[in-house]
Amino acid sequence: MIDQVALMEVVEQYRDNGIVVPTMTGSRGWNEVSKNKNRDIPLGGAMGKASSFALGVALAQPDKRVIIFDGDGSLLMNLGTLVTIAEKAPKNLYHFVLENGVYAITGGQPIPGNNKISFAGMAKEAGYASAFEFDDLEDFASRASEVMSTEGPVFICVKTTPEIQNEPMGLRAPSVVKPTKAAIQDLMQDLGV
Amino acid sequence: MTQQALLSPEAVIKEFKKNGITHVVYLPDSETNWMYQLMEAEPSIDLVPVTREGESIAIAAGVLAGGKKPVVLIQNTGLFESGDSIRGIALDCAMPIVMLIGYRGWTRHGATPDSAARFTEPILRAWGITYYLVEHDGDADRISLAYEEAERTKMPVVVLVGDEYHGFNR
Repeated sequence: MIDQVALMEVVEQYRDNGIVVPTMTGSRGWNEVSKNKNRDIPLGGAMGKASSFALGVALAQPDKRVIIFDGDGSLLMNLGTLVTIAEKAPKNLYHFVLENGVYAITGGQPIPGNNKISFAGMAKEAGYASAFEFDDLEDFASRASEVMSTEGPVFICVKTTPEIQNEPMGLRAPSVVKPTKAAIQDLMQDLGV
Repeated sequence: MTQQALLSPEAVIKEFKKNGITHVVYLPDSETNWMYQLMEAEPSIDLVPVTREGESIAIAAGVLAGGKKPVVLIQNTGLFESGDSIRGIALDCAMPIVMLIGYRGWTRHGATPDSAARFTEPILRAWGITYYLVEHDGDADRISLAYEEAERTKMPVVVLVGDEYHGFNR
């Protein structure tokens, strides 16, 4: 199991000033790590569409690296995205899935198929150029250069420690993550588009 | 009486080119094959096929955020399927996405047995989304109106393609 923030600290080293699209629990983790929030688009809700949004950005900005931090439950809500991404095959897209096995923000209920399915296997069979799996930080860190220099679309499934939120919504601390609408405006300004 | 004036695929693509469309994000419906053949042959357009319509809204939003100009091309049944993407991305993030929606079941004669048609406009009104109806070539410039509206309001706009079962396919 890998701590998601520790993982993200490694990925940030290979960001190349790229555009990062985290979702759900991953958005909180990336918010602690990111060194350029003008190029972050935290995208919650919309039933697992962070990878779809990122695909659109990758197609519009083919010379910039685009990194997704998807969730396993989020990907299950939008599994067709694997085929859609593979079909367009953007060379600049790096699709991380933080596989913690649970719906973390709703109290930690297990996702369907937990420990029975292979997300990397599905991505590979859908047609991604490459697919990797990691459950050890040291192993990932030692191969991060190889992973991030592989031509996309690259799928990287990482077994992460669940960060379960179990408080009633009204008792949770306000989100520190930038709202998506403002993040999109900041990105467009930063890109000059 | 049948509809006489038809909406030609060429008129639609002319509008796409006029508005500088770079990406057509689509899921084909049953009647638009000729349109896709023409789009495939158009070098200025990048076709992005999706597996389910909800993806199309998010992909189009990403294309817009990346500085290019998309159009979404799906059927009204797919519009219903896309509900949370339209809410959470197009509306909440104020994305000026233009969606061409095949108006399955539409008839200018009023009553239709097709619930896909009956629910389409009430749902668009509930979302507060402006929409235009295009039935034949003479209406095609409403696609440009839709882009002007989307740019001005920074909100999604729908173009309902009412001619779906006639000239849009050959």
